[in-house]
Amino acid sequence: MGMRTVWRKAVNILMFSLTGLATLFTIALLFFILGYLLWYGGRSVSWNFFTKLPTPVGETGGGMANAIVGSGKLLLLAALIGVPVGFLGGVYLAEFGGGTFSFLVRYTADLLNGIPSIVMGIFAYTVVVLPMRHFSALAGGLALAVMLVPIVLRSTEQFLRAVPVPLREGALALGASKWRAVATVVVPAGFRGIATGILLSLARVAGETAPLLFTSFSNRFWAPGWDQPIASLPVMIYTYALSPYEDWHRQAWAAGLVLLALVFIITTGSRIILSLGFQSSRSG
Amino acid sequence: MATAKPITMDSTPTQTQPAGGGEAEPAPGLPKLRVRDMDFYYGAKQALQSISLDMPANKITALIGPSGCGKSTFLRTLNRMYETVPHARAEGDVRLDGEDVLTMDVTELRRRVGMAFQRPNPFPKSIFDNIAYGLRVNGMHGALSDAVEASLRRAAVWDEVKDSLHKSAYALSGGQQQRLCIARALAVNPEVLLLDEPCSALDPIATAKIEELLFALKSDLTGFFLLGKLLEVNETRTIFKKPARKETEDYITGRFG
Repeated sequence: MGMRTVWRKAVNILMFSLTGLATLFTIALLFFILGYLLWYGGRSVSWNFFTKLPTPVGETGGGMANAIVGSGKLLLLAALIGVPVGFLGGVYLAEFGGGTFSFLVRYTADLLNGIPSIVMGIFAYTVVVLPMRHFSALAGGLALAVMLVPIVLRSTEQFLRAVPVPLREGALALGASKWRAVATVVVPAGFRGIATGILLSLARVAGETAPLLFTSFSNRFWAPGWDQPIASLPVMIYTYALSPYEDWHRQAWAAGLVLLALVFIITTGSRIILSLGFQSSRSG
Repeated sequence: MATAKPITMDSTPTQTQPAGGGEAEPAPGLPKLRVRDMDFYYGAKQALQSISLDMPANKITALIGPSGCGKSTFLRTLNRMYETVPHARAEGDVRLDGEDVLTMDVTELRRRVGMAFQRPNPFPKSIFDNIAYGLRVNGMHGALSDAVEASLRRAAVWDEVKDSLHKSAYALSGGQQQRLCIARALAVNPEVLLLDEPCSALDPIATAKIEELLFALKSDLTGFFLLGKLLEVNETRTIFKKPARKETEDYITGRFG
């Protein structure tokens, strides 16, 4: 073998090892976290965790039923506000936009996406909590909604852009107006992708703690309606993990496991939706 | 977008004569589509220069030329499909039965001037809904099944799809998809059908079926047909056997382009 061949092979082996090691490290870290959570969370999670309210300090037992429902309510609120805005904005950018305005919207969305989530909390605190003079589910939902908007907007835009141009032209060539072609052909064609983007964005904000700390705050009881402070899993984990009680630590682990399961279900669900049939046109 | 230097195309169009040729002269009166001194621009770049062309009714007009010379661009001015491209504009006089194409209502224009594309582009819907789409867009509702069947029959694809009307159009082969797309265009009863190299992505057998279908449609509508690759079918034989102009002969025999 010539020197060149030896050198090439050496570089090949080196690069392969480096990328392989990095992959191994990532996976090992992931499995370590998952294993830890499953081990501690699995030992602590029980039927009571899903059905009971938190017990008063000092009493063991109880659960986080209110926080599970609370997280659900906050996500619902965030989706109701954030998804329509993000979705319609994405449709505008992909189908009707162009020029300086779209550039600015896109740029702002990316900027918004990079803003630390606690800043979203301050925003919701200023516009909702201060005027109302108390924490509320509404404020927490708004903080999460503001986080949802840029993610949904950009993913909707990208999935719509992935819809082949000839499909649009096919609709326009039949005399469809622009909005009609978008509503009846382009959006349905990109629907699976858009739905996936929405689910993933929900999974992402489901674990947010910082923007909820001073918006929805927390609650050790049920919070009927939308204008009360409301418990949520991430804030409960934060509070319980910081406490000095052994029993609360176990419950924090259980809450972590439940949150992970929730995110896992959403992510897997979106993968299934996407794989069900985002087919492209066959020809030949 | 045309990348080649714009060329004037008034030398290339060739009206196909029935095989044997010679007996049928173009019908008297106005041509179906009449283009005079049309210029086309993509922004500052001029892609077409003073095109003038007549397309007689109930005939198929075929346009040949090297790739990038502006065939598709020209075709897309006839139903103003170029308007989807930012900063594209056409200037000049384009008339459909005497009406100004460049200023008339665009949805009305596109209903009257249908189009089939280079690659089959069925919607991700059922075969039935693909055909019904144009009807619904143009305000027809209620029982569409007769109209759908009639269109599929006209496009010679009915027998192949009649048992799977409610299955996805993507399940069809490329050639069937293209005939479906032609049926989709026919469903709204266009007066003119524009075909942008409709067979370029198809194998020879599927190509033959489509060409057969197009020549059968000739009695009902005016066809405008782009040819990317040269295909010898009966009806277009004239241009290959005895081109009317020297330039055409040069292109066909490969001396130009």
